Amino acid sequence: MNETLQATVKKICEENGNDRTKMINIVKSVQKKIGCVNNESIDSIAKQVNAPRVDVEGVVSFYAFLSKESKGKIVIRLCNDVVDKIKGVDKVAEAFCDELGIKMGDTTSDDTFTLEYTPCIGMCDQAPAALINDTVVTDLSPDKIKKLISDLKEQNDPSKISFPKGDGNNAHELVNSMVNNNILKKGEVIFSDFESGASLKKALSMKPEEVIGVIKTSSLRGRGGAGFPTGLKWEFTRAAKGDRKIVMCNADEGEPGTFKDRVILTERYDLLFEGMAIAGYAIGSDAGIIYLRGEYLYLKNFLESMIGKAKENGFLGKKILGLEGFDFDIRIQMGAGAYICGEESALISSCEGLRGDPKTRPPFPAQKGYKNCPTTVNNVETFCCVSKILDIGAEKFVQIGTKGSTGTKVLSISGDCKKPGIYEFPFGVTLEELLGDAGAEDVQAVLVGGPSGQFIASDGFKRKICFTDLATGGSIVIFNKQRNMLEIADEYMAFFEEESCGYCTPCRVGNVLLKKCLERIIDGKGEPKDLDYLNELGESIKLTSRCGLGQTSPNPVLTTIKNFRSQYESIIKEKKDGMQPGFDIKKAINEAENLTGRKSVIF
Amino acid sequence: MEKPKLATTSLAGCFGCHMSFLDIDERILKLVELVQFDKSPIDDIKEFTGQCLVGLVEGGCANEENVHVLQKFRKNCDILISVGDCAINGGIPAMRNDLSIKECFEEAYLNGPSVYNPSGVLPDDKELPLLLDKVYPCHEVVKIDYHLPGCPPSADTLWEALVALLTNKPLELPYELIKYD
Ligand SMILES: Cc1cc2nc3c(=O)[nH]c(=O)nc-3n(C[C@H](O)[C@H](O)[C@H](O)COP(=O)(O)O)c2cc1C
Ligand code: SF4
Ligand code: SF4
Repeated sequence: MNETLQATVKKICEENGNDRTKMINIVKSVQKKIGCVNNESIDSIAKQVNAPRVDVEGVVSFYAFLSKESKGKIVIRLCNDVVDKIKGVDKVAEAFCDELGIKMGDTTSDDTFTLEYTPCIGMCDQAPAALINDTVVTDLSPDKIKKLISDLKEQNDPSKISFPKGDGNNAHELVNSMVNNNILKKGEVIFSDFESGASLKKALSMKPEEVIGVIKTSSLRGRGGAGFPTGLKWEFTRAAKGDRKIVMCNADEGEPGTFKDRVILTERYDLLFEGMAIAGYAIGSDAGIIYLRGEYLYLKNFLESMIGKAKENGFLGKKILGLEGFDFDIRIQMGAGAYICGEESALISSCEGLRGDPKTRPPFPAQKGYKNCPTTVNNVETFCCVSKILDIGAEKFVQIGTKGSTGTKVLSISGDCKKPGIYEFPFGVTLEELLGDAGAEDVQAVLVGGPSGQFIASDGFKRKICFTDLATGGSIVIFNKQRNMLEIADEYMAFFEEESCGYCTPCRVGNVLLKKCLERIIDGKGEPKDLDYLNELGESIKLTSRCGLGQTSPNPVLTTIKNFRSQYESIIKEKKDGMQPGFDIKKAINEAENLTGRKSVIF
Repeated sequence: MEKPKLATTSLAGCFGCHMSFLDIDERILKLVELVQFDKSPIDDIKEFTGQCLVGLVEGGCANEENVHVLQKFRKNCDILISVGDCAINGGIPAMRNDLSIKECFEEAYLNGPSVYNPSGVLPDDKELPLLLDKVYPCHEVVKIDYHLPGCPPSADTLWEALVALLTNKPLELPYELIKYD
């Protein structure tokens, strides 16, 4: 075995305390050092941390950003989300291929560049975008590629290229990114004035149970998508048996079309840290973890430095605000490119150094979460709401929004509109209002809540964003009348097919079958019965899948059939001869004809 | 009134489903009171003599002739039933579906451990139907009205299903007949 490699791996493992729950960090460091995590390094890691080899290999094969094969020094990951396609990513991809002389998925012969696609990287308002190593490059167009590649060749390191600086803290030296916040509407909760420390002070003057009481009175519900009442979740976690409790912030933001947590992290980290500390006080925890999606690595140094500042100010760390016995610290755990890790139990698996597989519930994280400790997992925006609630009081908070959906919702709006970006509206805003604000014309469909949500047609534009009508984690994607809804549904099914963790058959196989049938219809080979089949299969997948991914993945198909049925019906033909239109006998015998050198005498 | 007609065929199957059908034993005398057998290996009628009410299909489609026969069944039978796991899922023959035809040929006629074929000839008579790229379940080739699972479905299952269909009664299969382990 290669000794230097072994020594390198040994050193990295030791730096991580030979702790197998730090597996993601270990393999990421190994990959950073030697370009990949090959079989030899997998062997060494397994030996070093005393884990079965298959556990290490399982992690490496699970995450999109980890690889057993070495890639180019510069990996260009072009985002091929539906919104990027609308904004012309195909032409950009062509330009990259031409300039580098390779196909998508390939590496140049000198091992400098690898070119590949990646799902939504949270930049839909500035698409097409790409991740070049850890650097985000936005607003790409074919004419910019020549210069970009020549700059990359010259600098050999994407972080050294001087891109224009983005707005707000994106220009901060520790972020140093061309990403823009595009905050187009500030609301009363997240993007309003806030005095650091004030909420925390109020919380610490109460008993923990009283803090939970305030959150319950505020009727705050989770902003990550599922909308579970936050106060209740905290109460369960506080009541659960366990020596140690954990506060976990879900900053995985993987739902295509969602990018609001990125902006909140960039601009309102103070609200977030304070919300997490308040949660820590309320449930009796001294440890907070922010699970940051791999795509947002460019924010890590900045956030860590801000955590450091908060400690200096006494808002985090030991004896917070001088209160004896209340310690609370936050660390950042990076993800490695897996949508499913946004699901709270998969997120916990990932933090434990495992594949990002969801866990079977019960037990719920509030009972047994991270390393079996009672854990509350909340979305970035949820923690920020907590800070604001303590600041202005629950009574004032419930005045904002609607009765069942208090407060505001930060929406990330993108797609076919003039003003894509971040909008904070009180709950209860209608689609019509937000389409107007975003400058959307000629609208055919609005996708509310990303592909796991629903496609709404114009007869539903008076519907409201709130938990009892149209719930969303923040993703709003607009499609104009030129778009083919079937093709868009098909693109989103490809996303789910790729991102399914594969544990349950209905999700792993069912989504593939849905997509196959949809493609047959798009091909003009559909028949009326296919719609019943799609509906039945979709409902079965939802009913029998283990986690939220499978329980929502058929939605692109189901909600387009429901709300855009005429588009399906217009290309479906009734066939009366009983033959399956999808079966192509010529194609089926082609191989045998070539092999035997004779033509079929029957067909 | 003329008795309705029943046709049966075995495509890429092992004839086990037909053997199971014969296991209805003396009940076959009752069956011929309800139907007249048409094209079927049971009476060796080779071509359809007219439109049939029911067609029973054993086995999936492994070659072009299977497809041809199945399409003829679809045209000539009002109700088509996939009988057995091969018809429904492809079954054992579909185990080749991950391999190319070339690989299958090489294993079967050249490299297999028990093969003796010094001249290395692959069977290629023009009478042999061309193989399909993979084995297809029947419902991917033509529309199938009902599926009777099992390997094979038991004689009682086949009997109950046919009698219910022919006498226009709802089919009630007891648990033992649809339990497979
Ligand atoms: C496939 C899948 C992906 C998810 N992705 C995210 C995400 O990126 N961010 C998030 O906050 N919640 C996500 N969730 C929801 C979480 O499981 C969990 O409900 C949420 O983090 C709880 O926080 P909240 O109550 O504050 O919303 C996802 C759920 C599923 C099923
Ligand atoms: S539903 Fe899909 S993603 Fe969720 S556990 Fe099952 S296979 Fe994995
Ligand atoms: S289902 Fe079983 S019995 Fe019927 S043809 Fe196939 S292998 Fe033979």
